[in-house]
Amino acid sequence: MTALEQTQTASTSAGMPAITYNFAYLDEQTKRMIRRAILKAIAIPGYQVPFASREMPMPYGWGTGGVQVTAAILGMDDVLKVIDQGSDDTTNAVAIRGFFETTAPGVATTTRTQDATVIQTRHRVPEQQLQAHQVLVYQVPIPEPLRFLEPRETETRKLHALADYGLMHVKLYEDIARHGHIATTYAYPVEVDGRYVMDPSPIPKFDNPKMDDSPALQLFGAGREKRIYAIPPHTRVVPLDFEDHPFKVQHFAKPCALCAATGVYLDEVILDDRGGRMFVCSDTDYCNTRQAEGHRGEMSALPEAAE
Amino acid sequence: MYVAVKGGETAIRNAHALLAETRRGDTSVPEIGIDQISEQLTLAVDRVMSEGSLYDRPLASLAIKQARGDLIEAIFLVRAFRTTLPRFGYCEPVDTAQMRVERRISATYKDIPGGQVLGPTFDYTHRLLDPTLAGTTTEPPAPARAETEDGAPMPRVTDLLGDEGLIEAAPSTGEYPRDLTREPLSFPADRPLRLQNLARGDEGFLLSLGYSTQRGYARTHPFVGEIRFGEVEVELFVEELGFAVPLGPINVTECQMVTQFKGSSAEPPKFTRGYGLVFGQSERKAMSVALVDRALRFKELGEEQSAPAQDEEFVLSHSDNVQATGFVEHLKLPHYVDFQAELDLVRRMRAEHTDPVHGDARQEAAE
Amino acid sequence: MSTEQTPAASTSELALGFSDPVREAQATFKAVMWAVSRPGHRMPLATNLKPPAPLTPEMAALALALADYETPLWLDPMLAKHKGVADFLRFHTGAPITDDPAAARFALVREPGNLPPFTDFAQGIPEYPDRSTTLILAVTMLSDAPFTLEGPGIKSTRSFGATPLPADFATRWADNRLLFPLGVDLLFTTSGLVSALPRSTRITAEA
Repeated sequence: MTALEQTQTASTSAGMPAITYNFAYLDEQTKRMIRRAILKAIAIPGYQVPFASREMPMPYGWGTGGVQVTAAILGMDDVLKVIDQGSDDTTNAVAIRGFFETTAPGVATTTRTQDATVIQTRHRVPEQQLQAHQVLVYQVPIPEPLRFLEPRETETRKLHALADYGLMHVKLYEDIARHGHIATTYAYPVEVDGRYVMDPSPIPKFDNPKMDDSPALQLFGAGREKRIYAIPPHTRVVPLDFEDHPFKVQHFAKPCALCAATGVYLDEVILDDRGGRMFVCSDTDYCNTRQAEGHRGEMSALPEAAE
Repeated sequence: MYVAVKGGETAIRNAHALLAETRRGDTSVPEIGIDQISEQLTLAVDRVMSEGSLYDRPLASLAIKQARGDLIEAIFLVRAFRTTLPRFGYCEPVDTAQMRVERRISATYKDIPGGQVLGPTFDYTHRLLDPTLAGTTTEPPAPARAETEDGAPMPRVTDLLGDEGLIEAAPSTGEYPRDLTREPLSFPADRPLRLQNLARGDEGFLLSLGYSTQRGYARTHPFVGEIRFGEVEVELFVEELGFAVPLGPINVTECQMVTQFKGSSAEPPKFTRGYGLVFGQSERKAMSVALVDRALRFKELGEEQSAPAQDEEFVLSHSDNVQATGFVEHLKLPHYVDFQAELDLVRRMRAEHTDPVHGDARQEAAE
Repeated sequence: MSTEQTPAASTSELALGFSDPVREAQATFKAVMWAVSRPGHRMPLATNLKPPAPLTPEMAALALALADYETPLWLDPMLAKHKGVADFLRFHTGAPITDDPAAARFALVREPGNLPPFTDFAQGIPEYPDRSTTLILAVTMLSDAPFTLEGPGIKSTRSFGATPLPADFATRWADNRLLFPLGVDLLFTTSGLVSALPRSTRITAEA
């Protein structure tokens, strides 16, 4: 159907034009434009490619960049997983998954990391090692790692062009001088393939090592800021640090209270107003899978009540 | 024993059902119709069309109803629909000199060819609440129309000034304007791009910025050369036909500010321009755009940069209310993963503060 | 979109485009995306297009999937000399055809043995290295020799070859790599396959 025919189709009531949407919501021209940006992003790892981000039917800042990237790559043979804070069941993850279930008929959705071909995420990298055929799509609020040091795009563009990242090192070093630590705990800047310094999106720095040499393709979409960037599979991704203050990830003293996993990122859950709290896996699929395999933490429910 | 919270899906469904119920309100009160919104909340519809960048009254009215009267939400609904529409091409520039004027005023001249036409305006109304509007049967008295002026030519005031060489020629890059909605904004932005950004910018944001220029933050000594509101024809040049075909009329408000003159040893002094054009009737917005447009031209006119309204990156990056509301409101989304990361660090640093030697170890043991 | 064509090219004489544009464009893009993500790796690329010769079906598929009115196309002399090729591409993509290689977003090279210097094409600029040309080459064969590749997307090394290529291809590519992050990206097509050398890839050995 040509564009002209489309607008000539029967109007709804009150002189309203017909309201129809393409597969995966975006029109084909928009998909092409985003796809071209994705290819450039993969060819220049860590470089932020400007793209003509569209208004999406969810607010800017709520995943419009990730949604546009996902919509541009998604095919009917894909299996989509959406997580927010590591969980498939948080409201925004549910809303975005529902959006694709409605607008991309034929695309299967899953909560199982290993079954997904495309995983859209906000703030986490799944605990389970990703595979070569998988794409991890990050939602990014502020793609510019230098933005809080230099608010002007015209300036930060120049700094990237010159690979001048002195500002960032100074900032991290000032942290050390003031606090005795690098005080950046999430959105911890990384250097990609020895060239561009990149914002990994607000994932906890705990997840940074998972970006390095990953077999999966990692795509980053910032809708409001109109930027797409990428890390191809098997690319060197190094957190910025200093010899005397090497990069360290968060360490949790106790295992997950539900599945007893260690070496994973945990959420703190407040249990009462007397200081009672526990720590559980932020990656709910990982935690559920372990519980199904019979792993039990100190607070886990009885088997029959678990699911 | 602990069972993790689940049921995001159900919660969302229920919230949306509640929203629908709240939107409808008391069902003993008749439901508002799209035509009522379109006919009686005209300025709300105009604003939604203008900042939604889509000239469609029924859709804007529907959006206002759906948004429960929250105009930024309605603008957002319209934008999200607009973005999916196919493009046929770009229309010819509308010729506001040919406008079928409903209102037209100039602050710079007492009388002008074609006359001053007050038209439908809040100006000079006494802002006293009118109890007669609280009823539902008020029929307004029929207004007298200025028949004599009808059809008389109404040259633009800035054109009259231009004929005398008193105002700069309308600045032009000579290039076909780029399309803000089809390519990402990059800086420096040229004037056509800035004007596109301002045309869809938030009325409140631009009003405040325009106001700031009047209070001395990049003052431009503005005079309202002319404000006109009325109907203009939109035309599309069809290559196969070799001529432009009319697509239909739209209402626009145009504001031409006559601002601070400048001159040099080479050139005698001339007034300069600030320009604003918006869909529908919104003088507040058109005037604000004209003020900010003029402030943003400081470099081209050899003026000092001293104020927020002149700061192109600042103004253009923050003018869009759909972007702004999305990002401000996204703070409502869960952030507990990053907050946990901060908590961990703050606890660690507090422990070190109390016991600089063993703080780190003690903190970990405590966890 | 179609307004730029010459009157000679009516729709009835033109070969068809994608029969299912949404699905075929996505599948083609996906093959290219994985090709660029794993430089030198050969990705299957199925297409039923029957474009006017000497445009190949795979080249046509890439052009239809990636090009539109925003992306000027440059055609190498072999393609440019057959008017039907430009008509086909213009009609189905709406892309303007340019004879200035530096103005092209995509360059279609039917005779890669006669590849013009990479520096004839847009290289991007330091602030915007993405503003560069992507070259789409039709080769007769993709193979595992003579080049050894390293770089992002490659676990340790990968072998790669394409025929025909200019004899000094490795030198040209090294020069292109030196410009990084500026430079061109290459997409190689042959019957049923697509492969890529993005600018980030290094040729570390030539057998």
